[in-house]
Amino acid sequence: MGFIHRHKGLVPYVLLFPGLAFLALFFVVPTYYLANTSLQSGDIFSGYVFTWAWENYSNAISTYHPQLLRSFQYAGIATIVALLVSYPLAYWIAFRGGRWKNLLLLLIIAPFFVTYLIRTLAWKTILEDDGFVVNTLQTIGVLAEDGRLLATSVAVVAGITYNFLPFMALPIYVSLEQVDERLVEAAQDLYASKARAFLRVTLPLSLPGVFAGTLLTFIPAAGDFINAQLLGTPRQFMIGNVIQSKFKVIADYPEAAALSFILMATILVLLIAYVRALGTERLSV
Amino acid sequence: MTSAAETIAAPRRSGPGALTRAWRAVRYHALTVYALIAFAYLMLPIAVVVIFSFNDPIGRFNFTWQSFTLENWTKPFAYPGLQDAVVTSLEIAALSAIVATILGTLIGLALVRYQFRGGGTTNFLIFLPMTTPEIVMGASLLTLFLNFGVPLGFGTILLAHIMFNISYVVVTVRARLVGFDRHLEEAAMDLGANELVTFRRVTLPLIAPGILAAGLLAFALSVDDFVITYLNAGAVVTFPLFVWGAARVAVPPQINVIGTAIFMVALLLMLANILWQWRRAGR
Repeated sequence: MGFIHRHKGLVPYVLLFPGLAFLALFFVVPTYYLANTSLQSGDIFSGYVFTWAWENYSNAISTYHPQLLRSFQYAGIATIVALLVSYPLAYWIAFRGGRWKNLLLLLIIAPFFVTYLIRTLAWKTILEDDGFVVNTLQTIGVLAEDGRLLATSVAVVAGITYNFLPFMALPIYVSLEQVDERLVEAAQDLYASKARAFLRVTLPLSLPGVFAGTLLTFIPAAGDFINAQLLGTPRQFMIGNVIQSKFKVIADYPEAAALSFILMATILVLLIAYVRALGTERLSV
Repeated sequence: MTSAAETIAAPRRSGPGALTRAWRAVRYHALTVYALIAFAYLMLPIAVVVIFSFNDPIGRFNFTWQSFTLENWTKPFAYPGLQDAVVTSLEIAALSAIVATILGTLIGLALVRYQFRGGGTTNFLIFLPMTTPEIVMGASLLTLFLNFGVPLGFGTILLAHIMFNISYVVVTVRARLVGFDRHLEEAAMDLGANELVTFRRVTLPLIAPGILAAGLLAFALSVDDFVITYLNAGAVVTFPLFVWGAARVAVPPQINVIGTAIFMVALLLMLANILWQWRRAGR
């Protein structure tokens, strides 16, 4: 007991050590090996050796820039759609939810309780060629007679949007929930219309949630390959599909590592810009 | 707290004309209708999963509705390999949740309770795994294991799951710790309890719900994880890997049965948690 008293300053470090050591060993150190692997050359039979093989990067970009571009495109569209669906929903729960708020939030995260792959396969059932959705869209003329949704980019983006929507809705809800309604009222007392009060008071106050939500949706969406694999075809494949097949199917580890690094670097640039602007405290809701 | 905010937020103004009031009513309900449609959209795939667990498909793919049957539920493990996959998933989830909860809770305690140098770095390190795409995390771990010639399997999956679970545990525990009343600990110390006794008899019981919630979250994340597991699994098959492998050649309705069962258990636990909070708030 006396020991704790004498070395009080050490206590937090003792508490931190096991967990941070684990993260260092299995999150930080692997990043080094990813970088190392990305600069190796050779082949799977004779083995890969480190040779500063920068051409892995140029080869990766020149061969797979369509998939890379598509990843950020799909992720961007999915993020915007998720935002448009989530914001009003989060607003409704925060301001009209009353005592049911927690229950309504549970409904928002309910999709997470269904195994990711299974809920994506459920979209396959919903968007099926002869299914209700496709038939309806054909009847009202949005889709041609022989038009389909499965195996198109629409299906892939729809799947991504659905799968990451809770990541968008939750942070927005948290920031809206913290908005002091007296401020909105004050704006209205000062003759701001409801719309104006929303645009000038509520919306700016909820922006941290919007930023957090967009990042938490965009980042996993950009790296996703399950939706493209299950709902699309190779023409919809994203960078994640390329990385996983290089690791698991053709065992081209260096180029797979280079692609992972390119993906991470692009995302990290966005992330650092975000952290500079807002600070991590706000994101960790 | 909520009710107070709502009382304030319901101003009674006299004056606006009937048209304005009608327009307001439309707008008020428009948002509600929008919200209901959004909820329907969120629930639709879940409903499909549950309903198709009662389907009796023709052929190997459970994608079109044929006829109602209870057979999938009475023989959930009729499909070869499914039972082993589920058992493996549960084992990994339990082990990784326990370890990650211990490691994460310690970090959470340090972050909330102590001022120390390096707090910002720690926060950043906790925050990074949650914002790194799974494929990148999985790929990095795989290159680590490949470079050291570590055989892929149960052990590597477990290490991976502990790794990505720690951050979520820290965030969950920290959220519960922030509202914690330090006076209770000080009172215990004033009454002569030393730090360890205070921790065991006062602090731990108070933060136990937060720790439990974090553990359940870690368990759920582990059971659901596909990408990181897929890259580091070797020949071991977890439930999501089983679904992935099966999806190429067949989608048996038993997959829906297991999916529905996992969903139900998670939902009931969350509902119990909410009811518990309501009862606590009611007191």
